[in-house]
Amino acid sequence: MMRHFSAPRPTARTLAVWQRNFLVWRKLAIPSVLGNLADPMIYMLGFGYGVGALLPKNVDLFGGVSYIAFLAGGSLCAAAMNSATFEALYSGFSRMHVQKTWDAIMNAPVSLDDVMLGEMLWAASKATLSGVAILVVVWLLGLSSSWLSLGLIPLVLLVGLAFAGLGLIMTALAPSYDFFMYYFTLFITPMTLLSGVFFPLEQLPAAMQAVAQLLPLTHAVALARPLLLGALPQDALLHLAALAGFALAGFWIALGLARRRLLT
Amino acid sequence: MPDGGDAPLVVADLKKRYGRQEVVRGVSFRIARGECFALLGPNGAGKTTTLRCCLGLAGAASGHISLCGFEVPAAARAARMRVGVVPQMDNLDPDFTVAENLLVFGRYFGLSAAEVRARTPALLEFAGLEGKAAAPIQSLSGGMKRRLTLARALVNDPEFLVLDEPTTGLDPQARHLIWDRLKRLVQQGRTLLLTTHFMDEAERLADRLAVMDHGRIIGEGSPRAMIAQHVEAQVVEVYGEWNGSGVSAWAEQRAGAFAARAEVSGETAFCYVNDARPLLAHLAGEPGLRYLHRPANLEDVFLKLTGRELRD
Repeated sequence: MMRHFSAPRPTARTLAVWQRNFLVWRKLAIPSVLGNLADPMIYMLGFGYGVGALLPKNVDLFGGVSYIAFLAGGSLCAAAMNSATFEALYSGFSRMHVQKTWDAIMNAPVSLDDVMLGEMLWAASKATLSGVAILVVVWLLGLSSSWLSLGLIPLVLLVGLAFAGLGLIMTALAPSYDFFMYYFTLFITPMTLLSGVFFPLEQLPAAMQAVAQLLPLTHAVALARPLLLGALPQDALLHLAALAGFALAGFWIALGLARRRLLT
Repeated sequence: MPDGGDAPLVVADLKKRYGRQEVVRGVSFRIARGECFALLGPNGAGKTTTLRCCLGLAGAASGHISLCGFEVPAAARAARMRVGVVPQMDNLDPDFTVAENLLVFGRYFGLSAAEVRARTPALLEFAGLEGKAAAPIQSLSGGMKRRLTLARALVNDPEFLVLDEPTTGLDPQARHLIWDRLKRLVQQGRTLLLTTHFMDEAERLADRLAVMDHGRIIGEGSPRAMIAQHVEAQVVEVYGEWNGSGVSAWAEQRAGAFAARAEVSGETAFCYVNDARPLLAHLAGEPGLRYLHRPANLEDVFLKLTGRELRD
């Protein structure tokens, strides 16, 4: 049992696994990017302009910016989260369990450690792509004009890594695709509502604020929003460490579970 | 060579358990360079588990394995650099074309796209897939997929090939083509380890074979030596009616007088004899009984060693 959770030992072959997924994606790149963009954009524009128009104009609710500008940073993180999560869950499960792609790869001199890290980096790459696509739209809409907003590019990569790590835990445990519904309804969706994407965290009761501090998306939003609006985030190191911790712990646990499942 | 130094695969006292169930119980064998070695056994005998252990993919097991000169599992990755694997289930990449499957698989061995492209025409020619480079996987027949899986296993020019039931599910034409290619691979000097439950496959291809059952090797040798060692030279299969009842009554009462061994399976009595003439003379006087007289084969050995009960 403990042996499965020994330290990960990936090698450069990880890159070949990443490249495999990249090559598949490249065949369907344009519909894939549009699909990744559509959902978060509808949320951001729908809520931003729709709800934003209902808010009182003479009260400063969001630190001197419009609701849509407030919403942009959180939406971007949520999009990166969803993108990494879908890739790690559904696509990862297809490759692991349905198509047996991982089995084929492991017959070559590539270890499960390489496969899992390649999958994680790939899911994070897709998250980065989604995040950057939205960032471009945000710039084009004039919602952000600060150089600090460039910091969102490495940030969405880190967000992608964190949620890829967590998602791969689910994949390593899943008996079938249906299992992922629980992850979405019990974790991802509530988190999206509790992490300060749609409204300032301070609106929540103290107990729920405390819970929110345990959620990875909270830390992502706490970094993304100020960067997008041109301010340096408070407690930046703490938030970065939290996200990196989720990424590392997620990967380690997911790898251990996958070793237990596949290397028997 | 006291330790058989050059042998591409040496397995010594391999044991592997899943929970409380020990599925491999002290298996030892050695495959010489250039040899085709077959592992036979009923479903659940432990063949696939043994293969997974040899490739370093089965987690903790006890015993000693050396593959292409590397200790497994410690140096399994280095060993797999020199090995090609044809798995039981096709796991070609459905998102890619035929040529892309080879290209992507080559990368797992650290081969550049240019290196794989240079090898692709010869691999496709070997697999009888010329002109299919750009074909999507979904458009291939079962036999073509199997051949592409074989070509994929050769992308790294391996010295050792592991084939887990390479012809299961194929039609006779497709099986013969695979057999032809496997023979060519042996002629090229490669070493083959295959599992199968087709006795004719093992008899045609294998220089030596081992019969596995319940996690143990219960017989080992060349197909001819196995037949000579374990069963009588000839078999007479008797079926039909005898004195108003089935063939089992005849087997019970009369077969013993003519055959060293007689086994009834369904409606047929299998009589194992070294000299069939007395039995055939007897059968000539029994108009209700019909028979088939043939030389003993590997299937007779297999059934003698593993029994006739159904395995699921």
